[in-house]
This record gives sequence, structure tokens and C-alpha cells, in this order.
Amino acid sequence: MAKVLVVTSGKGGVGKTTTTAAVGAALAQAGEKVVVVDFDVGLRNLDLVLGAERRVVFDLINVVQGIAKLPQALIRDKRLENLWLLPASQTKDKDALTEEGVGRVIAELRKTFDWVICDSPAGIERGAMLAMRYADEAIIVTNPEVSSVRDSDRIIGMLDSKTVRAENGERVEKHVLITRYDAVRAARGEMLSIDDVLEILATPLLGIVPESQDVLRASNVGCPVTLNNPASTPARAYSDAMRRLLGEQIDMRVPAEPRGFMRLLLGRRAA
Amino acid sequence: MNVSVEATRQLIRLRGRSYVAFVFAPVVPIADWLSDLDATLAGSPGFFLGKPVVLDLSAVDLSPLAITHLIKSIEARRIRVLGLEGVEPARLSIGMPPLLSGGRQCVVQDVELEKPALREPTSLLLDVPVRSGQSIVFPDGDVTVLGAVSSGAEIVAGGSIHVYGALRGRAMAGINGNASARIYCQKIEAELLAIDGYYHTAEQIDAALRGKPAQARLDGNALRITPLN
Repeated sequence: MAKVLVVTSGKGGVGKTTTTAAVGAALAQAGEKVVVVDFDVGLRNLDLVLGAERRVVFDLINVVQGIAKLPQALIRDKRLENLWLLPASQTKDKDALTEEGVGRVIAELRKTFDWVICDSPAGIERGAMLAMRYADEAIIVTNPEVSSVRDSDRIIGMLDSKTVRAENGERVEKHVLITRYDAVRAARGEMLSIDDVLEILATPLLGIVPESQDVLRASNVGCPVTLNNPASTPARAYSDAMRRLLGEQIDMRVPAEPRGFMRLLLGRRAA
Repeated sequence: MNVSVEATRQLIRLRGRSYVAFVFAPVVPIADWLSDLDATLAGSPGFFLGKPVVLDLSAVDLSPLAITHLIKSIEARRIRVLGLEGVEPARLSIGMPPLLSGGRQCVVQDVELEKPALREPTSLLLDVPVRSGQSIVFPDGDVTVLGAVSSGAEIVAGGSIHVYGALRGRAMAGINGNASARIYCQKIEAELLAIDGYYHTAEQIDAALRGKPAQARLDGNALRITPLN
């Protein structure tokens, strides 16, 4: 049974695309057949993070408009044979997406894939609405700071009201993924704590991904962080999150970067 | 109404008896007066049905035609005019209700109009958190939320607002002029609290209360926010 998973957040720059690529690659590594769909029409990035930018011929808009067939637009990852990308168009804008057209594409993808992961654009406009429209599950990517948390809360409200599932009286299964978490800064009170975030969002936690140079390094070389450096803390956090998505029970690790003496001292003082 | 007929030598003995009637005293402009009457009737349609009504025309100067028209208009509202008062007999024509005189003021019993049938007390229960950007508007009564009201969300209620969780958004109670409405929450971190139009923004809420159970109520024209313990 195919699952449509939307990765969304409301706020920009919190790590939706990184998460889509990392979770998508991790699921593919675990043997699931995965397609990641970039809904950020006009500002596409997922192709870059996956290192597929030089192989894009057709895109989501072409398929929605019927100019290209779905298999023509799908790009298979060179490293993982189970991972596919449906890129966004960089030249069109989000008005080119229609609800009916997106519904058709998603329905077609459901037939061949185990997971259809929709990378939502930031905001709450058309692109974001259509990315979540047909979702069965949602990852809400949140940074531990107030503006991101409030935007996530807004998005959760929309997942509960604007999706096809919500309109049919069903639930979209929602997971909060906290990214760019910095244990030291959280201890000093410069960031919201995990408990604060979860208390506000009242939604189950899927994982905690630390703020890390590994994430930046991976996207610069066009490789999902889970593939680029599987031993790194963010990669481990993402693969834990992936296993929880598959229903496994795994203890939540609050990731901490190796601490220097000074950081330890500062962290303690605030605690 | 006050009727007295002198007893004469007749086989039928006539008796005088006084009754209480409602007196309508129209004022100009008649059209406005009629719409006021409609407004009163809207509160309890059928109240004057079958009740005696006398028309006191002393405040207006109407032609016979206008009087006929006025009576017709009143009867169109299913009110029967039993008699007229305060108008010269010359202005009356056949077919009009009789002219009455000698009426005395009296206390009319059950004069207060029947209140519109009391509606069932209504309240709205939400057992999910109210998320940022959501607006819950319930003018008919109380709103109870089992969960948090997020920053950027708002609850608007005709009655009181109860939040069993953190109130981080806006809560507006008693919007229809209900000054006795209150706001209760388990954890006050509200952006704005208002009752019957009187409001406090987050800045005005005592910092010592933040995060604690609290209630807000109106004390005269001042919104009071006090700990709930």
C-alpha cells in the first residue's frame, strides 16, 4: 500500500528539502521504492540536494499539463536504484499546478511506489496546499525557535482541515521532526527545548536532527546526508526517523555534538 | 375600555362592565410607528392575537381615509382594533370601530411581552488543540477547549471561554455585550484577552501570572486578571 508523505513546515529554511532527500534515501536504502516529488515550483532545490540537476528534462508541471508522460519525467538516482525524483519546474510558477492535475500524478505514482514523498514549498499558498492535499502522512519540520514552531502549528491546523483525508473525516498521520537542534544552546535557553516544542505542537516526535556541518557538506556535494556520511549524527538521526516511520520503536536520542571543555562548562552553568 | 349604558325600561337588562384593553397611541410618522410595532411583534408574534386593542389617535391628526388605512394596517398584523379614542366623531365613518371615551389608566397585568422561547443553553466543546491561524467563532455560548490555544489562534465566544491547557492565542469572550462572561485557562500566555470589548494585550498582563492558571473577568469597566487557585 503506497503512502503519500508530505514534508512541510510553513517557514522557509528549516530543512524540508534536506529532510526529504535524507528520509527518501534512507527509505530507499531500507528497500522501499521511493519517489521524491519537488513541489517548490519556481524555486526548485531537491534536484540539487540529490545531485540530479544536470539530468532534468521534464518536470512535474509538464506532467500535470500533459506535455510529458510520468516515466519521461522521473529521474532515477545513480546511487540508489530504489530512489526516484520528480523534479519541479524552475521557469513556471505555482499557479501552473492544478488540484486535479496533481491528484492525477499522485494517483499514478501510488501505483508504482511504496512511498511518494512530497517536498512542500514554504508558505501556506497554493504550492504548499497542493503538496499536502493528497497526503496520508506528514513530517512537520521544525526548528526549535518560536517563529518556526508557530508556523508549524499553523501547518498542522491545515493538515487537519485542508487535506483530502481531513475532508473525508480521516486523519493525516503527523510527525514532528526537530531539525537544527543545538543541545548546548538549548541548555543555555537560547533555543526552545524539545519539551517546549512538543508541548506547543501536541504532535508525536519523529526525531531530533542536530545542527551540523555534515548537512551543509552533503547538500554541497549533491548527496543526501544519509548517504554521504552515514555515521554522522544527522545521518543517524534521519535513519532513526525513517525506521520510526516504518513503525519500529526506537528510543529517542537527543543528539549532542562532541563537546569541548568550554562548551561543557557553559552548558553546565546554564543547566 | 369603559362602557356604560344607561339602563332603560327594557326586557333585557343591560349592565355596565369595564374591561382592560391595550391602548395603541400611534405617533407620526405612522410608517415608523408601524415598523416599531413590527419590531415588538417580532419578539412575540401572536401576543395581541385575540386581545382587545384600542387606538388612541390624540397624538396624530389623521383624515378619515388615513384612519381607515391605519386600522387596515394594524389588522393586517392580526390585531383587531376594538375601539377608537381621542378623535372627533366627525372624522369617523361607518365601518370603523366605535369611539370610546372615559377610559382610565390602569395597570395591565402580564403586560410584559412573552420572551422569545428560551433557547437550549449551548456550548461548543473542542477536544483538539486550536492551532495557529485557526479562528473559532461561537456567538451562541461558551467555548471549552481541551488542549492548547496556540499563538496566532483566536477564540471568539458569546459566553465564557474555558481552556484546559495553555492559552497562547487570543480569547474574546462575551462578544454580544455579555459583561458577565469570563475567561479561564490553565496556563496564561495569551496574546490578547477581551471581555465585552474591554481588552488586555499580552504586555498588560501581569508577568507574575504568566504560565499560571488564571481567570479574566470584568469589574465595571476594567478587565481583571487574577490567579485561579
